[in-house]
Amino acid sequence: MKIPVDTVMYGFDECHSFVSAANQCTCASSVLLAKYVANSPYFSMCFDDAWITAGQFLPHSLGFRCLLHRTFQQYSFPLTTSLQAPACMAFIHSYQDLSLPNGTPAGTSSPGSSSSLLNRLQLDDDLDGETHDLFVSVDDPKKHVSTMETYITYRVTTKTSRTEFDLPEYSLRRRYQDFDWLRNKLEESQPTHLIPPLPEKFVMKGVVDRFSEEFVETRRKALDKFLKRVADHPVLSFNENFNVFLTAKDLNSYKKQGLTLLTKMGESVKYVTGGYKLRARPLEFAAMGDYLDIFTQKLGTIDRIAQRIIKEESEYLVELREYSPVYSSWAGCEGELQKPLEGVSSCVSSSSSALEELTEDMSEDFLPVLREYVLYIESMKNVLKKRDQVQAEYEAKLEAVVLRKDEKSGVPADVEKCQDRVECFNADLKADWDRWQNNKRQDFRQLLTGMADRNIQYYEKCLAAWESIIPLLQEKPDIKSETD
Amino acid sequence: MADSGGPEAAQLSSNDPKGELGDVIPEEARSLLRKMEISVAEAEKRTGKNAVNMLETYTVYLIETRRVDSSAENQNFSPDSLWRRYSEFELLRNYLLVTYPFVIVPPLPEKRAEFVWHKLSADNMDPDFVERRRIGLENFLLRVASHPILSNDKIFYDFLTEENGWKEEVMETGFQPKLFILADSRLKALNATFRVKNPDKRFTELKHYSDELQSVTSQLLRVRARVADRLYGVYKVHGNYGRVFSEWSAIEREMGDGLQSAGHHMDAYAASIDDILEEEENYADQLKEYLFYAEALKAVCRKHELLQYELETAAQDLMSKKQQREELASGTVRTFSLKGMTSKLFGQETPEQREAKMRVLEEQIQEGEELLQEKKTECDEYVRNAWSDMERFTVQKDRDLREAMISYAVMQISMCKKGIQVWTNAKECFSKM
Repeated sequence: MKIPVDTVMYGFDECHSFVSAANQCTCASSVLLAKYVANSPYFSMCFDDAWITAGQFLPHSLGFRCLLHRTFQQYSFPLTTSLQAPACMAFIHSYQDLSLPNGTPAGTSSPGSSSSLLNRLQLDDDLDGETHDLFVSVDDPKKHVSTMETYITYRVTTKTSRTEFDLPEYSLRRRYQDFDWLRNKLEESQPTHLIPPLPEKFVMKGVVDRFSEEFVETRRKALDKFLKRVADHPVLSFNENFNVFLTAKDLNSYKKQGLTLLTKMGESVKYVTGGYKLRARPLEFAAMGDYLDIFTQKLGTIDRIAQRIIKEESEYLVELREYSPVYSSWAGCEGELQKPLEGVSSCVSSSSSALEELTEDMSEDFLPVLREYVLYIESMKNVLKKRDQVQAEYEAKLEAVVLRKDEKSGVPADVEKCQDRVECFNADLKADWDRWQNNKRQDFRQLLTGMADRNIQYYEKCLAAWESIIPLLQEKPDIKSETD
Repeated sequence: MADSGGPEAAQLSSNDPKGELGDVIPEEARSLLRKMEISVAEAEKRTGKNAVNMLETYTVYLIETRRVDSSAENQNFSPDSLWRRYSEFELLRNYLLVTYPFVIVPPLPEKRAEFVWHKLSADNMDPDFVERRRIGLENFLLRVASHPILSNDKIFYDFLTEENGWKEEVMETGFQPKLFILADSRLKALNATFRVKNPDKRFTELKHYSDELQSVTSQLLRVRARVADRLYGVYKVHGNYGRVFSEWSAIEREMGDGLQSAGHHMDAYAASIDDILEEEENYADQLKEYLFYAEALKAVCRKHELLQYELETAAQDLMSKKQQREELASGTVRTFSLKGMTSKLFGQETPEQREAKMRVLEEQIQEGEELLQEKKTECDEYVRNAWSDMERFTVQKDRDLREAMISYAVMQISMCKKGIQVWTNAKECFSKM
């Protein structure tokens, strides 16, 4: 089965035949599970031990993009791959070579394909082969003063080779409100996925200066991280709202439209919430929930400890600032000891400056990341709850059917739909969970290493200061011969 | 003859834990240390009845001495020893203060713990305090024993060697009443400051310096104690990371090991501050010594002021007596003098009366001249001696404080290096997460 390049794939039948073809692939013990959820652009497939999840047919795209999930490996099919099952399998087995099934190396694909961007892969932790064809950044905060209000906007820059975008580059300005809108839309439209968190919305006026350099910079970094995480997500990054956010000149009028392209794609994204109670969370997801509970606790403790350290260090700083001048004033009444005492005074001053830097850095870079993760976990727990509800709905409906004791063969379509929803949700969530775990590991490795680095730098600065005065202290004064 | 090598110098340095005596012994010092090793070896608690027949607990210190002969064969290996308590040291010092008022007498370690930060005990019975006091007392004895003048004092020698009867001996010197005078002189000196007409500029400067030294060292000690307190807090809080990392590692797969090991390093970091601050107490003790030295310096200045005042008073008295003689001889009577009044009231004196008066005056003037000369000599001698000791003191002070600062810098360097080590280890663990 060959899928024409410009066709939008939606039909169950096509998928079905594809699946059957894949069934004939030569991999031993391949387990094929193909479900297609009506009106949803998502499907899941399983090849061998490779679980392809959240494959998405993209309108006007050159094929399909999917995730190959294997522990932490996530992978994308180059878009020009033909969907012949053997081709798919060969591709999967050779993914380490990053070459197309027909043997051509990845770099020589058609210009519109994602694989041409593989060459431009930045050397970051994401060397698992994920294709990067969408780069975003948030920078250049500026204050806007109008008669109604004062606010900050940020420049959002996009560079991409994806055909979903009309232009390869975009640069426009967005404010926090816009980011908040985007996140809400993503949560609405992709309820089975973990949406990265935004920095805190509400700031206590009078306590924190919303326009101070430090606050704006901390927020900018968090917004940049948010956007990058969305851009790196194989499903979220194709979200229509995300596209609009990155490209639309007049976002406000778009917001007012209310209609999103997504509604054209399907309403199935609106899951039924409430009304159904889940009896027992499956072990896997229960484990996730437990982990999140404990992890939140530990993060809270770490946040408190970090804050306490900053407080103690600040108080230490206060005393150091009193300490240094005493040596100076002593130097003022001494003769020979003047230089040594001044030397000690300046060392203490240097230590003070170094300490000040340390506490500032920790405040600006360390604490916000912790808080971000707490927010992230909150939204993740909500997703888990939604999943529970979807499962509960399915189980309730299934029970109802069973109780009816209909002789009618098979399960009614809507129950099947529910089942599909559950499986889809589970698959999405699992994939995102693994992705999140991976990112979390990297984030915390970076965060804690950064903390260690800053402390090392602080001590190195102090060390340099004290070592530099040893020769001064050891300098024997000139022995003047005095004749009385 | 400076002995930079040889057995005495070696023994000196072994007696000199803080290295305060340096490498060179002053040439003039016929100090006791050349002939004798001195140390305060131990401290013990005793209980006994005090003067009001109440039971009290106090600490005694073991003073060990060993004669050192230039010939190595006659080395006596077992030291002589006796026990003394702090109050006896105080007696000795007060005696020295009175007997050698022009000497900047080395101070004793503090009676009660001051400038403590919260972890340090203010309890006199606390073992750390007792230990630091033992070192301080030894330091005191070594300083006295290396002083060119003080080291030759017999009472001091007996303090080191005669356990029994020393107290009576020192009392017999009659120094105690003089001590009251010394204390009293403080009050007198306050008045004297305003009345000395020709203050010696050098001593005025010295007094000024001693005030400044006292104020600045006490301020330094106070702030340093607060700094130590805060630093302690910073280190200890990091220990909490150890526990939370350990708990967190329990729910992690790959990150677990890295977290756990990093946590251990955080624990080590938190624990390291105890030793660091203990060592810093030595620096504080060195500063304290000079805080107390400032007081001794002030005492020398005060005594000088008093002498100066007495000299000026004697000169003034003499001058007025001479003036009276003039008047008597010339017959001039100042209208408003007492003589003028009495003569008006009671009539002129007879020549015999006048002659008698003249004789008395001449005697008084004679005595006055002698007294003035005495005072002058006393003052000059005092100034000479005090100034000489002042110069010795300045050299010692500059050397000691320089050494103290070097050792403080070394402590800071060591602390920084330890900090770098711990965080580098932790960083390695984090990077393996």
